[in-house]
Amino acid sequence: MEERGNKRGGSETPLGRGARPAGRSGGDFSEESRAGSHHHPDTPPCPERAGPRGAPRPVPCGRARCACRSGLSACAQRGAEPLIAMESAEAEASESRPEEDGAVPAGDLPLPEQPAATMEDCLAKKMEITVSEAEKRTGRNAMNMQETYTAYLIETRAVESQNEGQCSPVDSLWRRYSEFELLRNYLLVTYPHIVVPPLPEKRADFVWHKLSADNMDPDFVERRRIGLENFLLRVASHPVLCQDKIFYSFLTQEGGWKEMVNETGFQLKADSRLKALNATFRVKNPDKRFTELKHYSDELQSVISHLLRVRARVADRLYGVYKVHGNYGRVFSEWSAIEKEMGDGLQSAGHHMDVYAASIDDILEEEEHYADQLKEYLFYAEALRAVCRKHELMQYDLEMAAQDLTSKKQQCEELATGTVRTFSLKGMTSKLFGQETPEQREAKIKVLEEQIQEGEEQLKSKNLEGRDFVKSAWADIERFKEQKNHDLKEALISYAVMQISMCKKGIQVWTNAKECFSKM
Amino acid sequence: MEAEDRTPEPTLFPAGGERLEPLEDAPGTARTPLLTASAEVLEFDDDEDDLEVFSKDTSLANSFSPSMPISPSSMINQYKFEDEPELKDLFITVDDPESHITAIETFITYRVVTKTSRGEFDSCEYEVRRRYQDFLWLKSKLEEAHPTLIIPPLPEKFVMKGMVERFSDEFIETRRKALHKFLNRIADHPTLTFNEDFKIFLTAQAWELSSHKKQGPGLLSRMGQTVRAVASSVRGGVKNRPEMFTEMNDYMETFSHKINVLDKIAHRIYKEEREYFNEMKEYGPIHTLWSASEEDIADSLKGVASCIDKCCKATEKRMAGLSENLLPIIHEYVLYSEILMGVLKRRDQIQSELDSKVDALANKKADKDLFSEEIGKLEDKVECANNALKADWDRWKQNMQYDMRSAFTNVADNNLRYYEECLATWESFLASQTVDHHGEEDSEDRP
Repeated sequence: MEERGNKRGGSETPLGRGARPAGRSGGDFSEESRAGSHHHPDTPPCPERAGPRGAPRPVPCGRARCACRSGLSACAQRGAEPLIAMESAEAEASESRPEEDGAVPAGDLPLPEQPAATMEDCLAKKMEITVSEAEKRTGRNAMNMQETYTAYLIETRAVESQNEGQCSPVDSLWRRYSEFELLRNYLLVTYPHIVVPPLPEKRADFVWHKLSADNMDPDFVERRRIGLENFLLRVASHPVLCQDKIFYSFLTQEGGWKEMVNETGFQLKADSRLKALNATFRVKNPDKRFTELKHYSDELQSVISHLLRVRARVADRLYGVYKVHGNYGRVFSEWSAIEKEMGDGLQSAGHHMDVYAASIDDILEEEEHYADQLKEYLFYAEALRAVCRKHELMQYDLEMAAQDLTSKKQQCEELATGTVRTFSLKGMTSKLFGQETPEQREAKIKVLEEQIQEGEEQLKSKNLEGRDFVKSAWADIERFKEQKNHDLKEALISYAVMQISMCKKGIQVWTNAKECFSKM
Repeated sequence: MEAEDRTPEPTLFPAGGERLEPLEDAPGTARTPLLTASAEVLEFDDDEDDLEVFSKDTSLANSFSPSMPISPSSMINQYKFEDEPELKDLFITVDDPESHITAIETFITYRVVTKTSRGEFDSCEYEVRRRYQDFLWLKSKLEEAHPTLIIPPLPEKFVMKGMVERFSDEFIETRRKALHKFLNRIADHPTLTFNEDFKIFLTAQAWELSSHKKQGPGLLSRMGQTVRAVASSVRGGVKNRPEMFTEMNDYMETFSHKINVLDKIAHRIYKEEREYFNEMKEYGPIHTLWSASEEDIADSLKGVASCIDKCCKATEKRMAGLSENLLPIIHEYVLYSEILMGVLKRRDQIQSELDSKVDALANKKADKDLFSEEIGKLEDKVECANNALKADWDRWKQNMQYDMRSAFTNVADNNLRYYEECLATWESFLASQTVDHHGEEDSEDRP
């Protein structure tokens, strides 16, 4: 176990923890607004979190992609109606729904019959979750080889809505990226009807030349930290996912979590066919909505990747334009040395050119966050496709089962009436080697009838499963669609805000420069 | 090619408006041997008194300020200049490049249109066609006549850097603009504007010009000059160079270096802006493509696409501004810096001629009288050269200051316009979005 960090026993309750992490002052979180704080389009995006321990940190929600205002869960600003509608749909679905695909072993896994969390019950409302730090670690891996990796500090704190002044203690533990992956894989298998929030990319993609593609690069690590936090918040504000015990333990239980997950046996349940996304299954009657959705997710994936690629190139070029202007500064300064009247104007103009050249760094860093917002939905497209895929497979299994049943019935009929309608090897053999005895035939018929009965029951339950899946999946898809539309619109607005800020800075610099030039 | 509007040459420095103060020498100063050559050239226009007089006294007219009353009409001209320094009476445009294909070669000619109210011109409007060679000829004649005046630069013969084809439209247009500038700078120069070769260049028909050119000082004499020039520079540095010219030299060395660096920077900026423009062209349409798969956010996406496209166009304008203003000016001054170094060298040469003769005198006591006269002439020559250069230098510096100021101010204006356009487009997009946004929140119905 490579986890270090704050050692606390795994206390079960969400509230009331033990000692604070060392070095942390009590007032750290007091300045922060509640988890439900909201971002108005007119306010500037929330400031970057401070790095060093002990420094106050803003609540991780200022940005549009903050889960607590995405879609329905925690956002008090938005109307409650859609939430309730979805809740009841969710509740309906979960009541009538039999167990999830395959069996959910007893123990720590949630019973699907539980109604989905309401807005107030959702974990994100009860608990503040942050991924506050990242640290380089070295340890030994499974093959006892030394490896370097980054560990992330997850901090949780109960939200005390009643007592304003009081601050509950902060709980924390360290997790590495692979554990996040494990958690997500578990969720994918356990909730195939849910569009499971994606993780930030494993390796830096769509980089423009100034960005490093190195996983250890501090900027990459920082952006990944934000992405991981976003992931946790998304899960915590999902009406279904937030109730998952494994998820809860991930946040709160340091030791033994991996074992706990593996004990659920979820890996065995995983349908290997789901991975083979490109393999086609000839499904005769898929739900058209899912087929359309699959096309949509393909289109979304393709267009967002294209956009991100071009954006990276545009950023590269913009960087070049700004930085080249920096050369003016030095030349002007050297030139001003030999000029009497022009000297001052040149010198001060050069200074403004330096300012201009330097300004691009912040501008492009902000844009990276915008790119990350788009990336999240690029990865969401895959999650969407996985749900559609699951439907396809269920439908396929259903159709196969129906087909099998039909053929068995036919066999039975043939045996009973003696007519051979379909060619079968058995039929041929019996013709060649003589008819079966009536007893043999009876036995066969009996077996078949049993099988047919089983088959019909199975088909019935499969049908039910399929319908329930479609219902609950579609409910989550509707929830997702709203979230997506909302988030993407906010992202586009934030992009416009960024561009406006860049233009204003440009106007200021060039106005100053123009004044200097006029004095030349 | 449309005729370019008359380049608004700074009326601060009208032709002849600047009095070359140091030139107090009265008319009658001896002609220098070097310059009489050109005087022989212009003999054909005998009926025009002014012209003739001009032609005979070309050297004088070209060396000294127009304050010398050589002919009545020229006096009138000068009088005008003194009273109304803003008055410009010579307008030149260079336009309409045309390709000419002969058996031997292909070349381009440009139309040169001159409009003038000057008396010494027969007509008030002329239209001739000239090729690059003709411009080269004019420049060399001017340099001959005025070795220590700053003759404006010509565009280069070939473009080494940059991937411009010899006869590409871009190349021709750049050259045309530079040729236009060249002639106008001469026209605005208080001395050069009255140069006879200049006048012939502007007015003579093609065949006239050819025959005039042929009458130039023979190749031999020109070679002779070159030999002398080389020889004198080999003789070593100039010992008695006045402080002022050493300062000029130092200045020019630094200036030359800086202006070359600026040239590189400006070109680099242009290149980066163009690459940025190319990427932006692709960026906008992706949003439009995306909007086709969406419903709720389709409008926002289309809005962003439209903003990006507008910014793309704005960036194109910014690029164009750079290439029309800053790049040509800086390039012109790169060439100027070479010219100025040359002028300083020629002044040094003239001085070293004097110095060597003085040395020779010190050593040879014989022919003292002959030497004295020669030395006297050389001394005058040196003084003229120095004065001419000093005055022209001051004028050049002022022009340079003005040109740089206006060029960079123009760059700033271009950038301001660019950012203001982009700002407006994004702000209006934002306004449209926040209206919708708040609208959505208030309304019960969702699309």
